[in-house]
Amino acid sequence: MKRRGSRLLTLALLAAGAALMLFPLWWMLVVSLETPSNAGAATVEVGAISAFPADPQWSNWTEAMRAVGTVEWQGFLDALANSILVTFLTVTATVFSCSLVGYALARVRFRGRGLLFAVMLGTMMLPPQVTMIPMFLVFRELGWVDTILPLVVPAFFGNAFFIFMFRQFMAQVPEALVEAARLDGCAHLGVWWRVMLPMCRPVIAITAVFTFIFVWNDFLGPLIYLHSEEKATLAIALNSFRNQYGGLEDVQYLMALSLITMIPCILLFLVAQRQFIEGLGSGAVKG
Amino acid sequence: MANITFQGLGKVYPGGVRAVEGVDLEVEDGEFVVLVGPSGCGKSTTLRMVAGLEEITDGTLRIGDRVVNEVAGKDRDIAMVFQNYALYPHLSVRQNMAFPLERRRAHGGTVRRLIAPGYRRAAREEDQKIQAEVSRAAEVLGITDLLDRKPGALSGGQRQRVAVGRALVRRPAAFLFDEPLSNLDAKLRVEMRAELKALHDRLGATMLYVTHDQEEAMTLGDRLVVMDGGRVQQCAPPREVYEQPTNRFVAGFVGTPSMNFLEGEVADGTMTIGEARLPLGNAAAGSSRTVVLGLRPDRLRMAEPGDPCALEATVASVEDLGDRCDVRLQVGHAELVARRPARELSRWSVSAPAARVAFEPTEALLFDPGPHGARIS
Repeated sequence: MKRRGSRLLTLALLAAGAALMLFPLWWMLVVSLETPSNAGAATVEVGAISAFPADPQWSNWTEAMRAVGTVEWQGFLDALANSILVTFLTVTATVFSCSLVGYALARVRFRGRGLLFAVMLGTMMLPPQVTMIPMFLVFRELGWVDTILPLVVPAFFGNAFFIFMFRQFMAQVPEALVEAARLDGCAHLGVWWRVMLPMCRPVIAITAVFTFIFVWNDFLGPLIYLHSEEKATLAIALNSFRNQYGGLEDVQYLMALSLITMIPCILLFLVAQRQFIEGLGSGAVKG
Repeated sequence: MANITFQGLGKVYPGGVRAVEGVDLEVEDGEFVVLVGPSGCGKSTTLRMVAGLEEITDGTLRIGDRVVNEVAGKDRDIAMVFQNYALYPHLSVRQNMAFPLERRRAHGGTVRRLIAPGYRRAAREEDQKIQAEVSRAAEVLGITDLLDRKPGALSGGQRQRVAVGRALVRRPAAFLFDEPLSNLDAKLRVEMRAELKALHDRLGATMLYVTHDQEEAMTLGDRLVVMDGGRVQQCAPPREVYEQPTNRFVAGFVGTPSMNFLEGEVADGTMTIGEARLPLGNAAAGSSRTVVLGLRPDRLRMAEPGDPCALEATVASVEDLGDRCDVRLQVGHAELVARRPARELSRWSVSAPAARVAFEPTEALLFDPGPHGARIS
């Protein structure tokens, strides 16, 4: 009886937490489907919002997409394509470089390995704001401003946090497995590609999901490096849209576009949820 | 198949720790040689040097006619079975077994397969050969029905068979086994031992096997290499190692329970241990000196009247092992074990502890004093 009671209490607390977390999302969804007058009223007064609009205005979504940028549809499609390209390249590069460096730090014996690992961990202490200006100056000298290169190329040099995760995971793999692969004919790259990477699926998932969410939502990087409208990512396009349609009479469009921007992250989390949690768990236990 | 020749093989780890020293050994083509010894004796390091997993710091290693000191493990034409199986968990049994062959194929390029018809044909033929080899090995080991399972869905014994299968498909010059049965339970270990022996008889392959289990070593090996402190103590067939150990270490390591040792003085054919005077004949001839008497537990028996070599003892405990019993005896300050048939169980009792134990003088071994004292007779 007592156990059932505590279970109910746990469920109630979890449900309350979930409701609290989902409230902004629900609010955005409802406002995005309201008529202009109702959407404006719901923004000003919480009580004016309905559980779900009686007459959902799905055209708000298409209108919002059409209105991005100076050319109808073009602005949205450009931003979407840029976001997909930058995110795809960055996620691929991050998984590739972090797993490779993690393998080297975990499995390749070389002089100075411990020192390099410590230096790499040290870079985790540096806030990005410290390196922002020097990085900008370097990329400007290279002529990379207003290209996606400053957003993508650094990912090929790894990320200290994910390298650490890969390194910890790979260090747990029995040495005999690596030795067996080497006797079976694999060099280090072969061991990494054929044995380690397939075993690192939880870490790959967590790296991919985190990187995807960060890059997809990244505003500062594209704001600094991408100046032309046709090179803007969705985050930049959304900001421009907000400047243009930020008033109460257009809030339904802003919410619609914000939701559209969020959809890939929500879908990705739902698809990769199991591996994501598994990866977090393994990082915590094995780390 | 090939022979393996060790000439003064040694290994010094960074920091100066000498793990293996001066190993000279010739493993004949098709021979099953077992490296045996206690933990830290250097047997696994020796095997790993043969596999190319440890750098050789002294001496020369030949596989066949080729010096392989500087040759990478994958190019030495050897296959190794590991203690913890080392199966790739993300691959099926079939893929695990095909893995070493896939790595060696001449026509493996995916892109070239797509664009070059001749290459594609050769690659397909290679695929078929690999699958045929995997099927053959699976049949030999009786694991055909497991080929599509993942290692996680197999029992310990099945995993070990797959690990052997992965070695088998390569048809290597020599097989290396690093304590492959130590993760199995006692019953399975005995079964797998018999299977490995049968496999060796069937293939006639050169096999180098490491174990710390002397029973495993005795039953499997054509020859045993007993190691301690990084050195080879004796290299001989199992029976010879058991009956004619070169030194006290080998005598004590091989055999269960261990050989009993009693220190005493010998002079003019007689050994004196405390009050007892044991006429050992020629073995104890010569001038007075200290020696160690070695007696196998199964050679100790209750003394009969007139036994020349008898010792006064006290029964400390009797362990009933079903078909036999181990009797622990106190002789002076030394503890001896006598292994007797179960029918004698009633003759030994802790409640009537005084006993006389005897042995045949011809079955006694004499050693120089010290843990590695050489055998005198």
